[in-house]
Order: sequence, then structure tokens, then C-alpha cells
Amino acid sequence: MQFMLLIYSDESAGPKPETPEFGELMQGYGAFTEEVKTSGVMESGAPLQAVATATTVRVRNGSTEIIDGPFAETKEQLGGFYILDCEDLDTALSYAAKIPTAKHGSIEVRPIMVFE
Amino acid sequence: MRDLELAEDVLQDAFVAALQHWPRHGVPAHPRAWLLRTARHKAIDRFRRDANFQLKRTEMEILTELESGAMPDDFDEAIEDDRLRLVFTCCHPALSEQARVALTLRTIGGLTTTEIARAFLVPETTMAQRLVRAKRKIKGAGIPYVVPAPHLWPERLNSVLAVIYLVFNEGYAATSGDQPTRAALCDEAIRLGRILLELVPREPEAAGLLALMLLHDSRRDARVDSTGHLVTLELQDRSLWNLQQINAGTRLLRRTIDRDRVGPYQIQAAISAVHARAGNHDATDWHQVTSLYKHLYELHPSPVIALNGAVALSFAAGAEAGLLALTELNGQGALEHYQPFHAARADLLRRAGRAQDAAIAYRRALVLTRNVAEQQFLEARLQELLQ
Repeated sequence: MQFMLLIYSDESAGPKPETPEFGELMQGYGAFTEEVKTSGVMESGAPLQAVATATTVRVRNGSTEIIDGPFAETKEQLGGFYILDCEDLDTALSYAAKIPTAKHGSIEVRPIMVFE
Repeated sequence: MRDLELAEDVLQDAFVAALQHWPRHGVPAHPRAWLLRTARHKAIDRFRRDANFQLKRTEMEILTELESGAMPDDFDEAIEDDRLRLVFTCCHPALSEQARVALTLRTIGGLTTTEIARAFLVPETTMAQRLVRAKRKIKGAGIPYVVPAPHLWPERLNSVLAVIYLVFNEGYAATSGDQPTRAALCDEAIRLGRILLELVPREPEAAGLLALMLLHDSRRDARVDSTGHLVTLELQDRSLWNLQQINAGTRLLRRTIDRDRVGPYQIQAAISAVHARAGNHDATDWHQVTSLYKHLYELHPSPVIALNGAVALSFAAGAEAGLLALTELNGQGALEHYQPFHAARADLLRRAGRAQDAAIAYRRALVLTRNVAEQQFLEARLQELLQ
């Protein structure tokens, strides 16, 4: 079963670049990615650029609207994701708890829809 | 079997078959084994019936396993394992609390949707939807139908205990509606507690929870008077307490506490046992109750526990000492909207002879009360004070 682990956090909180804490965070991500790769559950994953770079597109009555910013202004922003192939939700949740951002942000776990 | 819905369906099929078969042919020598074997056949039937659909890989595997597999040596064990899996699945923390309670009552307790809806004062369609949504989440979210791995065990067991205690409290405290005790829910929670303890006999908190429920429930007949009004512990007719339940709860607790793995349910049961031992309110060992609350607060710091501790202290060391503890507790006004805080404070002020302050506190508590019986109780106390 494939699960998407969506990584949310408040961009203005959490470790700042060029601090020792930030280095630790990056090291944590390195180790986590290594772990999911070696255990064979990794499908894909990527960090996203800051929410300030987001653009939202909508098509209404045939015309395209382009808006600066994310779809919804929220306290925590989507910062990246992993797609993991796990046996069940319990396994996916244990991996989610190991994602470094889980310590200051939150990880949403969603099964990926399968068309049969 | 790894599929909750399938397990539930085929067991139900097996029970239906038993109802048709047993009266005619007599109860088989090993009823449990008969049920399990029948359930297995029913599962195979179901898969065959679905054969015109494309069988999913896992279902194919289960079918092969079912058709070729020898019966397990110990039927009882197999059934127990299956029930334990059900318990943990129904109480999985990925489900909402409401869904956990409803699913547990439906699947483990065997209550009908109508019965559960009535107990929780919601329309039957609402409860039916809640159950359907919960089952859909189990399937869709990939909640496993397994006994959790050892590292997850403590957290998951806590979730199971919390669900059972929630059922009990819903019956015992009845936060809304005009029935002070919805006895059926208490009975059901105690039954669930017994099932759980049979499944995990080595877990002291499972025993602690059962002891706690038995001890609380022993006061059922004394908690409400003939007019349906709530009677506080202090004024209860202790001859109405159920001695058999008190003894059962106390015995269970004594066996458990020896094991030296103390948790919040065991401590709460111990507090209840101190009350059960006392011939009357004044004879209660309030010093012990106070120290048990202190211990409980260390494990689980919450305002409710501190509040109860302050009330116990007031009986051990006087109303003024209790009031002082309450004032400290409300520090930043965190309990301003908490009904039990004002009810407890009103009572302490009354006992301290500060009638005017007590009346204000009773009125504040009344505004925050939803339960009719409790409103009547507070109103009566207020009227006594004003005379």
C-alpha cells in the first residue's frame, strides 16, 4: 500500500539556515531518506521551495485565473513529501514519526488511491 | 483473517447457521470449534460468490490459505487472537474517539446500532453513518487488522482502556439528558473490561480498570434517590452498596497492585476502594485518599485530579485548607468555566460557613450545568442556604 506523507510546518518557526539546529535537521533528513531507501519502502519524495514561491491556478467559466500565493493561507505550510510503500497504516505512521519535522511541525499521512 | 469486515460478516453468518442448526441437531460437543469451522466455510462461500468479480490478489491468497489450511490445534486460542485483533482495530487511534466507542460496542459488545444510538442519544441514522464512516476509514486508511507490534503495545492498550472507560462514564456520569445513570452502558463497559482482561491477563492496568468500574458501579442503587435525584457520596445510604461488586473489585485490585506496576486506573480504583471500606463519610481515611490523589496527579497532572485532591484535603484537614488549595489551583483563572470547580468551591464555602460566597459559587455552577439531576441538586443546596 502506498502512502503519501505530507510534511507541514510553520515556515517562520523551526530551525533557521546556518544555525547548528538547521544542520541537525538536514542531517536528520539525510538519515531518514537513507533509512527508507535501504529498507526498500521509498517510492519518491522531495522538499518544496518556500510558500512565497507558490502560484495558484483556477479555471472558471473557461478562463484561467492565476493568483499569487498558496490555495489557502494556513498556519502551517506544505514543505515537502515522501511516498512510501508500507504494509499498513501502523508502519506508515512509524515512519512519519521519524521525519525530523514531526518534532516541530506535523505529518499528514494519506493512502494513495488505487484504480483497479 | 486480516479483513475486519469479512471476519465480522462470516462470524455473523456462522451464528445465524448455529441458530438454525443447533435447535434441530443439538448443540455440538465443541461449540466454539463448530462456529470457527462454519465461519471458515462461510468465508470460502463468500469469496466464491464474488468470483464473477475479479478477485484481488490478497483475497486469492486468503482463499488458498482457507481451503488448504489445517484447522489450528487450539480453537480457543484462535478465537481469542481474532477477538484481540478486533479490539485493537476498533480502538485504533487513527479513528475518532466517537468512532472507536461506537465500533467497540457494535463489534466487541455485539450491541445493535439502535441500542448504541439510544445510549448516546443520537438518531439511529447518525449512528449508522458513524459506523459506516469508521469502517470505511479502516479499509481506506490501511488500518491493520492485527495485534500491535510490541513497541506500539503500551500506547495502543491505553487507547483500548480509554474507550472502555469512556463507555462506562457515559453511562455513569450521563453528561446530558435526564437519566442520571444509563445503567446498560455501565454493564456493557464492565463486560468489555472482563473480555479485555481475559485477553490480556498480564496487564495490571486492564485489571485496574475493571476493579475501578466494579467499585464505582457498586454504588449504582445509592446514587439516585426514589425521585430520581442524584445523591452525593457523603449522603448515600451505604447499605444499598453492592457488597459483591465491592469484594470482587477489591480482590482484583489487591492481586494487581502486588505486581508493582502501578498506573492511573489502579490508583483510581484504590481511591474508590478506600471509600467502599468506610462505614460512613466521616469514617473515611481521607489522609489516604489525599495521598492517593497526589500520587495520581504525579502520573497524570490534570486539573480534575487536583480538584478532587483539594476536596479530599478539605475532609482531612478542614474546609479552609481545601479552599486554599482550590484558589491555588485556579491560579490564572484556568478553571473559570469548569463546572466541577464551582460546585466543589460552593460546597467548601458552605462548610466553612461563608453563606454569601457559597451562594454566588452555586449560581455560577448552575449556569454551567447541563445535566438535569445535577441542576436540581445544586438548586436544592442553594435554596437550603438562602433559608
